Amino acid sequence: MSEWLRGEGWIYWARQEDGSLKPIRWLHEYSLCLLFLLLLVVADFLVPDFVSHRSQLLLSRPLWEIAILALGMTLIIITGGIDLSVGSAMGMCAITFGWVFFQTQSATLAGLACIVVGGLGGMINGTLVARLRIHPLIVTLATYAVFRGIAEGASQGREYSPFPDTFTQLARKIWLGIPLPGVVFLILVVAVALLLHRTATGRYLYAIGHNERAARFSGVRVDRVKFGLYTFSGLLAGVATVLHVSRFGTARANAGTGFELDVVTAVIVGGTSIFGGRGNVVGTMLGLLLIHETRQFVSLYWRINELNSIVVGTLLIVSILIYRILARRDVS
Amino acid sequence: MREVPILFVLMVLFAGGCTSDSSSTPGGSAGGEKIRVCLLPKIKGISYFTSCHAGAVEAVAELPHVELIYDGPIEGDATKQAEMIEQWIVDGVDVICVAPNAPDVVANAMREARAAGIHVITWDADGTDDSRSYFVNQATPQSIGTAMVAAMVQDVGGPDVAGDVVIVSSDVTSANQNSWIEVMKPALENTRLNLATTKFPGENAGRALADAQDVIKKYPNLKGIFGISSVSFPGAAEAVEQSGKTGEILVTGLGTPNDMKQFVKNGTVKSVVLWNTIDLGYLTIYVAEALATGKIDESSTSITAGRLGEKPIEEDHVLLGDVLVFTVDNIDDYDF
Repeated sequence: MSEWLRGEGWIYWARQEDGSLKPIRWLHEYSLCLLFLLLLVVADFLVPDFVSHRSQLLLSRPLWEIAILALGMTLIIITGGIDLSVGSAMGMCAITFGWVFFQTQSATLAGLACIVVGGLGGMINGTLVARLRIHPLIVTLATYAVFRGIAEGASQGREYSPFPDTFTQLARKIWLGIPLPGVVFLILVVAVALLLHRTATGRYLYAIGHNERAARFSGVRVDRVKFGLYTFSGLLAGVATVLHVSRFGTARANAGTGFELDVVTAVIVGGTSIFGGRGNVVGTMLGLLLIHETRQFVSLYWRINELNSIVVGTLLIVSILIYRILARRDVS
Repeated sequence: MREVPILFVLMVLFAGGCTSDSSSTPGGSAGGEKIRVCLLPKIKGISYFTSCHAGAVEAVAELPHVELIYDGPIEGDATKQAEMIEQWIVDGVDVICVAPNAPDVVANAMREARAAGIHVITWDADGTDDSRSYFVNQATPQSIGTAMVAAMVQDVGGPDVAGDVVIVSSDVTSANQNSWIEVMKPALENTRLNLATTKFPGENAGRALADAQDVIKKYPNLKGIFGISSVSFPGAAEAVEQSGKTGEILVTGLGTPNDMKQFVKNGTVKSVVLWNTIDLGYLTIYVAEALATGKIDESSTSITAGRLGEKPIEEDHVLLGDVLVFTVDNIDDYDF
């Protein structure tokens, strides 16, 4: 094998025989695949029936909401931003859903209202980040608290339930072997991948993440793009909430608590640079799967749920280290 | 298209994840293996449920063919409970015993477990009707209500003592508390104690204290206060202690030993009423074992549960029966 060199960020180069450098593509994604396969083999060996359609369907339930949120987060982190408010936004959306549903008895209206409220929350983030130029970490840390506060204040801790079976069975419905929330996710994944890799806007995201000033001077409408991204992330929180409420048959202010950390972890494990400018949807999907299956395996095998957090944290570090060890010295 | 190879690998992975079942049977615990029983508390780690767990461990020691899995959320999150049940379905356990934090949240997961052929029962708190086969009921409103009145009559000095008593409850809408009050009212009419009023401070320690202080001032002939929630009981005891009327006004009610120990030691409280949490865990495991081995079915009217002997089954409820009264003599034996 030719010599591997690490370039700027996480790009790796292979030195060719003639001395020129050729970039190694998808290295991170392949190493994630390898880890993932290894995990599945070990898990299936240690936990009987782990890798079966039936088991995976059941175990996938907690995955989809996180997965949907991760799509918006990938785009935002590529631009060098972050959205810590997604979990709290879900709480706000859940209360909206419950309230509208018990006013109108219509799940469709409730779902729409829920997504609209998510979008509005996202627009607040977008305005503060793009127009007032406050750092996204600060903005979304603030709305992280505010959104949850609104949810708790408006509901006074009460929970909305029960919902009719037709609605609570939505999250359990299966189409062609894929659960309905998974279908929603797949549609969104394709849309986001097309946006990111096949449109000018997609290229702008990387440009903003690499060098925002340069992007601005090159005529990219940075503010508008950012505003749109945070709004999109809010809308996704609304969609995730509908699935969440359906899954548990209850709308409560504590919906989505702690989700933001899982989402950011999945995106980072998936190879998106926290400093912006690098990342893709495939990596995020792999990051999600790796974390999800590790979690399920750990709690099924050791039966200690608290181990989960430790393992996911470790995974975050290990996935980045493995990737680094592959190359020995820097190009520059 | 540089993405093609990676997409191909992804597809293979997904396909691998989706198709390779076949041989292994779902829920597959073969004959001769242990009966695996999951005990899911509302909150793991708090002393109340830890004492239930101790009872369960005791039962498992007597039933060597049972394997106990005890796990639950640390923060009392019902959604975590639902996810744990889903994992246990995959695990193919035999019985799941749930103490639901929110019946509606866990109901779907419990139904799915039943559909997968797993026995599901509730304990400590009941779930929705079709989500479980049995509820291990720690105490009926009847036994709790009469036990509290009996304790009060005894504490104030016997059936000949007359005077006012007050109930400090929880919220006006609290189902448990209201069912006990319904039993206490007629029971009090058969004594010489007169129920002066009932207060509803909610689950708020400050308001419970204030309400108790109010009634102490308002009723000069007050003999006793019932604190019938885990918040109003210590609140009422605190108020009596502050007013310096320890021994004149007796406080009794429903609480855990550790919460009330200090008041029992200084004489403000003579009896604390609660069910035996250790026996609750113990009985739950016996019910689980009996279900898994077919010892009980829909027509059963009783179950034999080790050292507890015969316990009645009434309309899907397995009744633990008598309450436990903690006094200064035995309260140090319990640590929860």
